[in-house]
Amino acid sequence: MRFFLIQSLNGLALGGLLFLLSSGFSLIFGLMRVANLAHGAFFMLGAYVGLSALRAGLNFFWAVLAGGLAIAILGGFTERFLLRRLAGKTLAQVLITLGIAFIIGDASLLVWSGDPMPLPIPQALSGAVPVAGIFFPKYRLAVVVISVVVFVVLWLALERTRIGAMIRAGVDDMEMARGLGIAVPRLFTIVFCAGAALAGMGGVLGGPILSVYPGLDMDMLPLALIVLILGGAGNLLGAFAGSYFIGFLYTFGQALLPDLAYVILFLPMVAALALRPQGLFRLRAA
Amino acid sequence: MPDFASPRSRRLILAALVSAALAVPILKATRASAADKGPIRIGFLTVKTGALAAGGRQMEEGLALYLDQHQGQLAGRKIEVVTLDTAGQPATTKTRTQEAVERYQVHAIIGPLAAFEALAINDYVKQAKVPVISPSAAAEDLTQRNLNPWFVRAVTTSAQMNHPLGEYAAKVLKYKRIATIGDDFAFGHETTAGFQRTFEENGGKIVQKLWSPLNVADYGSYVGDLKTDVDAVYASFAGANGLRFLRQYAEYGLKGKVPVLGNMTTVDEGILKNMGDEAVGVVSSGWYSAAIDNPENHKFVEAYRKKYDADPGYYSAGAYTAAFFLDLALQKIKGNIEDKDAFMKALRSLDIKDSFRGPMHIDKYGNPDLTIYIRKVERKNGRLVNAVVQTYPNVSQFWKMSPQDFLKSPVYSRSFPEAKNLEK
Repeated sequence: MRFFLIQSLNGLALGGLLFLLSSGFSLIFGLMRVANLAHGAFFMLGAYVGLSALRAGLNFFWAVLAGGLAIAILGGFTERFLLRRLAGKTLAQVLITLGIAFIIGDASLLVWSGDPMPLPIPQALSGAVPVAGIFFPKYRLAVVVISVVVFVVLWLALERTRIGAMIRAGVDDMEMARGLGIAVPRLFTIVFCAGAALAGMGGVLGGPILSVYPGLDMDMLPLALIVLILGGAGNLLGAFAGSYFIGFLYTFGQALLPDLAYVILFLPMVAALALRPQGLFRLRAA
Repeated sequence: MPDFASPRSRRLILAALVSAALAVPILKATRASAADKGPIRIGFLTVKTGALAAGGRQMEEGLALYLDQHQGQLAGRKIEVVTLDTAGQPATTKTRTQEAVERYQVHAIIGPLAAFEALAINDYVKQAKVPVISPSAAAEDLTQRNLNPWFVRAVTTSAQMNHPLGEYAAKVLKYKRIATIGDDFAFGHETTAGFQRTFEENGGKIVQKLWSPLNVADYGSYVGDLKTDVDAVYASFAGANGLRFLRQYAEYGLKGKVPVLGNMTTVDEGILKNMGDEAVGVVSSGWYSAAIDNPENHKFVEAYRKKYDADPGYYSAGAYTAAFFLDLALQKIKGNIEDKDAFMKALRSLDIKDSFRGPMHIDKYGNPDLTIYIRKVERKNGRLVNAVVQTYPNVSQFWKMSPQDFLKSPVYSRSFPEAKNLEK
């Protein structure tokens, strides 16, 4: 029972983190049909920026915002000046994001050195709380709460605002959206900025759990890909369900069959691609 | 002296050398005749990109410091370092090694960093007959079942530095039951196996063994799975993983309840500087600690701190020792490294009475017998240090066995020695 409980809570925490990572990835892919391979690098760079902000004396809340803002600006530049020039050439766009990922990786090495560095847990959230007889880190519970809040905010933004409606239109049928006079290029920039910002904030929020180190980018990218494939592209609810599904699968897989941790993780992805390419959790009709 | 450590000048040197590559046939002819006067070229295989880059940089620092202290000259000859980035990839390591030998015509190689890199170039090194001093790679079989007459280790084998800890845990700390967790790759397997063997030989029981993938995102599920009714947890991690593991161990409230033992790199000085209270109290064993109390080490640590504002650890002390070995061997043969056989003989018969790491003696297999230090993380003057709590002098890679008996067993791995005392 103790085992089941502690691993469930772990699965929840990892799921929350994965949602912060992959919601932006999924939105960008859903609208622009570009797998942003720099997303892991955005996540890592966000964590580094957050670390510098914390060292400069800002508190954790502002560090999260700083990480998000810095990466949003970087994302905006990437979209406006690189991806837009290659509009329509998806392969070239994907390759450019891969190049950016490598550039960010090496530049971070130069600026922040290769030393692994943990982000400090904010004072109010350090320590453990008793949950049904076991001790569980407060911060991890906070990550779950934050991911749910982010989900609700994003959902409201997509479902209840004009911009959200335009994005949904773009995801569902790009040509028709264009025909209706929606300024698609501007929409692209907005979504890319927002997706990048989510990755950057996710990086700072993940920092106390994962630490930040060279290679974090490439550790996270495959997880975002799996969530995208399971959840379906551009589908917020899918990304949410997919993140928590993977969080649980990964956690229990590691604990119960540690030798097959990656098999358990990637097998559903392969199965989903083969049998349900639209995603396991594609709840809304396309 | 040009600063070979900076990437920019490295690139310049590389560019110059690449453009000179077309002229190699001519250079070859002139080099042969001027060999006894020219500089000694050392190929330095390090990692400048990717997850292992932190260790790679510390290796560069250790090597650069030694050469600086000797004005770039060993045994009266100028040392020219060709730094090559292996990116931590076995295939790239092999290409870079070939490049070092065939294009840059290096006299000897210092490197590479990781065991799997060293294994990847082992056959090539034998065939090309180029002396290699390993500043870091600890894979057992490089000096055991897969011998290479051109290879000398400046560190120890994986298990060599963990055998004493197993005995210490059983005899001194009086632990009876221990759970282990480690990186799921050769270094983690070999270090844990060495610890397990001597701990169980002295009456202890390993009751749980967990392996986590090298690049696992989160240790939460492993920490949650660790048994809490044991006397201690033995953690065997490399790179950044020790830092992440110990932090999450504390986060789950296990610190202070179950003590942690570790291999050398779990609390290496290279990452210790970024750790906090979660590391205090961890007992580990290794062939070095920045806190070793002897005059040579004080000098080394002081110089290192002055230059890099950090304590030297596994990688920096390893590369520094490799340069030290090179220096001693060159002195014995009066700098005439062109006589490869004589150089190799000098290198493999090093018998160092005293050094910053204590006495070291290279055995028949190219691996040093030396002092192993049991260390405990303490906070001193605001910084975390690996205070030495006990020393095991003259430890061989074969522990207390004869080489013949030791080599009869298979190499240490996930499944050897067999864990007979696991509890469900």
